[in-house]
Amino acid sequence: MDVMTQLQRQWREHTAYLRKEGYLDDQFEQLQKLQDENSPDFVAEVVSIFFDDSEKLLNNMARALEQKVVDFKQVDAHVHQFKGSSASIGAMRVKNLCIEFRNHCEAQSLEECVRCLRKLQYEYSVLKNQLEYLFRLEQQIRAAGV
Amino acid sequence: MDAASAASSSTKRVMENVEQPHVLAVDDNLIDRKLIEQLLINSSCKVTTAENGRRALEFLGLGDDQNNTLESRVSKVNLIITDYCMPGMTGYELLKRIKESSVMKEVPVVIVSSENVPTRINKCLEEGAQMFMLKPLKQSDVKKLRCFKKFLPSIVGDRPCFVLLLDGQRLVANMTM
Repeated sequence: MDVMTQLQRQWREHTAYLRKEGYLDDQFEQLQKLQDENSPDFVAEVVSIFFDDSEKLLNNMARALEQKVVDFKQVDAHVHQFKGSSASIGAMRVKNLCIEFRNHCEAQSLEECVRCLRKLQYEYSVLKNQLEYLFRLEQQIRAAGV
Repeated sequence: MDAASAASSSTKRVMENVEQPHVLAVDDNLIDRKLIEQLLINSSCKVTTAENGRRALEFLGLGDDQNNTLESRVSKVNLIITDYCMPGMTGYELLKRIKESSVMKEVPVVIVSSENVPTRINKCLEEGAQMFMLKPLKQSDVKKLRCFKKFLPSIVGDRPCFVLLLDGQRLVANMTM
């Protein structure tokens, strides 16, 4: 099997794995469908924005939860944003955790919120690694095709 | 002009075609703006994006400190898609401002939201929104928009078409117009 075929197979298998394990849902496929010769880096661009956005939001959530008097509405506002972004790119696990997190904000349960934030930070970092691996494969495929 | 720098135009797929609609997409979330922009470009639309209601109104010439001059007699856009939940001015409030304008009130406004709240949907439709759609948007959602005759610039004063409820969950159309 030549390098290109091998890489393409790895890419397909990794994408399938991410879908199967619920890291990504159908919406990610929608993003991939929007990528074409006119917008060859669309997915990577959007995901890159998502990474920057996510890190900001996670920091905001952490700071908001560290306050002496926690403003749960503020925390919820950040989680709502994160939920929206993750849904838009198809990051299903992250999105679902955001939904859970919002429930804890509404209940104004600090302990649950903190616990949820930790889970969210973990899931996000796993997703980031997975997607970065996928993009590396894509770069290698492009390089192999030149 | 201020509004032009605040909004951004994309004409990556400019087709020399009279029927290429110009859509204004309003959303405070950058990712959602990129997504809707690409979806619309892929549907052969010209797209301008705005990050909030105020900038959208400025672009449309309806800003608080703008006069309704002769230039703004004709709408710049054929369709407006706006997120519901935005800080400052909500999509609903933006809808109301647009419907209050003699120039802009005929332009169809589509509201999008990540939350399926019936009272919210009804409120928007009653205020004159053409449609309410759930986020995240897909290609099939955007394709549905093209069946609105009012959407196409070449048609003036035509009767609004009926839209079949293709999927009750995701798409609610204003049938009362």
